[in-house]
Amino acid sequence: MKITKEQVRHVAELARLDIDEADLDGFARDLGDILEHAESLGRVDTTDVPPTSHAVEICNAFREDFITGHLENKDALENAPEAEEGSFVVPRIIE
Amino acid sequence: MKSADLCGLSIHRAQELLRDKEISAEELTGAVLERIRTKDPDIGAFINVTEQLARKQAKQADAAIAEGSAGPLAGIPIAIKDLICTKGIATTCASRILADFVPPYDATVTEKLNKAGAVMVGKLNMDEFAMGSSTENSAFKLTRNPRDLARIPGGSSGGSAAAVAADMCLGSLGSDTGGSIRQPAAHCGVVGLKPTYGRVSRFGLVAFASSLDQIGPLTGDVEDTAIMLSVIAGHDPRDSTSVGRQVPDYRACLSTDISGLTFGIPVEYRGAEGLDPRVGRAFEEACKTLTKAGAKCVEISLPHTDQALAAYYLIAPAEASSNLARYDGVKYGFRSREAAGLKDMYKRTRSEGLGPEVKRRILLGTYALSAGYYDAYYKKASQIRTLIQQDFARAFDKCDIILSPTAPTPAFKIGEKTDDPVQMYLSDIFTLSANLAGVPGISVPCGFTENNLPIGLQMMGNHFAEDALLKAAYAYEQAAGINGKKTATGNNEA
Repeated sequence: MKITKEQVRHVAELARLDIDEADLDGFARDLGDILEHAESLGRVDTTDVPPTSHAVEICNAFREDFITGHLENKDALENAPEAEEGSFVVPRIIE
Repeated sequence: MKSADLCGLSIHRAQELLRDKEISAEELTGAVLERIRTKDPDIGAFINVTEQLARKQAKQADAAIAEGSAGPLAGIPIAIKDLICTKGIATTCASRILADFVPPYDATVTEKLNKAGAVMVGKLNMDEFAMGSSTENSAFKLTRNPRDLARIPGGSSGGSAAAVAADMCLGSLGSDTGGSIRQPAAHCGVVGLKPTYGRVSRFGLVAFASSLDQIGPLTGDVEDTAIMLSVIAGHDPRDSTSVGRQVPDYRACLSTDISGLTFGIPVEYRGAEGLDPRVGRAFEEACKTLTKAGAKCVEISLPHTDQALAAYYLIAPAEASSNLARYDGVKYGFRSREAAGLKDMYKRTRSEGLGPEVKRRILLGTYALSAGYYDAYYKKASQIRTLIQQDFARAFDKCDIILSPTAPTPAFKIGEKTDDPVQMYLSDIFTLSANLAGVPGISVPCGFTENNLPIGLQMMGNHFAEDALLKAAYAYEQAAGINGKKTATGNNEA
């Protein structure tokens, strides 16, 4: 299956990745090869087959609504690249 | 006892010696740390050796043993794949983006190991975010196969398998999304178990593909795997997909009597694409051993075997592309310093922090989930997954355990498959169906090639039938007389 450089650029944009111009061809080829393998799925009739998103049947997991262990603000911010006044700092969003 | 002999102990033998005060936990831990110091420069299994913590935990274990309050793994040196959270100890997922991440909490399995008295000697190398079959995708280092240093240890839990094979810990934890415990166990000649989905809590396991991921043990023999599984299994309110079933004493389920068990051999696996004849022969030999031990072997069919690989390589990347969206440079991990604005910061952070295989899978998964392709790829693969589960359910009407080779080839050479993702993905061909179906699978050593490369036999059981699975694996191990750590000779001391 043929995947174009333009398609790779589009998907990379959706995934918030910058792909170097030099790597676009390689990724396009790899994706094409893998998706070609996936073409075999089209030959299987799946009319009326429900999709599975979970391997073992379990219903909703409920529990009592009470407070259990949780991270303190200080601990939650410990790994932040930048933090200030108990908050994560990000680059300016509104110009 | 000599230091080298201590490192090569099984967990069950070390338990006896510790209990009888023939050895101390401090001695055992000291010997293992010394082994890591001399051996790991060649192997590269560890990302981080936690020597101070290990010595402290060993001291505590000796005290607990002395006062009779010791847990089941008291004083046993264990190492953990570096995607399982360890409070206060870096957990990198072998990725630049998490190179400095120090978890503020323990994974449930880490807590359980601590509570059982285990001694943690370090964190183990892996493919970045568990994406790979050779551990060559680690951002930090190569891990070499202890049986042949020119070869890969398998992956993604390559460090976990290599560390056990090279006597640098008595047991380890890995994670398995498509074979990442079983395949490296096969390549390094150790035992590796992927439990049923939901058997072990995933709380604190860094997510790759949430509907497929499962934590499991790697050890020198089946009895050790049973011991470790009893410690880490069980329901956890912090993982809503963990299942509230009783955890049996798996070790008590072991027996060499398998006369009542029926083993199913999928006809589709015979002559599978890329099956090495040496692996094929070892597999046939293993079937004979089981028959001789009194078990029945029958042919079964898993009709959608051909589609499993394609379904897996759409579902797993799709889930990964969603799970890895969290690495955006805001809450933890690496942040690019040269960004102009928020969106640019996201893109630069992810592009600089993630490696090529991770990017490849994020792109593939994003494509499979994107508008216009969702039905053709992701939904279709999820429907195929249903058919694969039905195949397994029907097969388990006819047999107790499904048999196959673990990997189609013995360990390949470092660099041999790095340029061809599809070839690399084919090394998971026998293992990934168990993840799609959610059933447990174990790899046990079943022979060696002419140059001493281990070959693994895979057994798969029905949901939550780890007791029958471990019993079958134990009986096979005893009947075949193969212990991957002890039987191998030749260059394993290289």
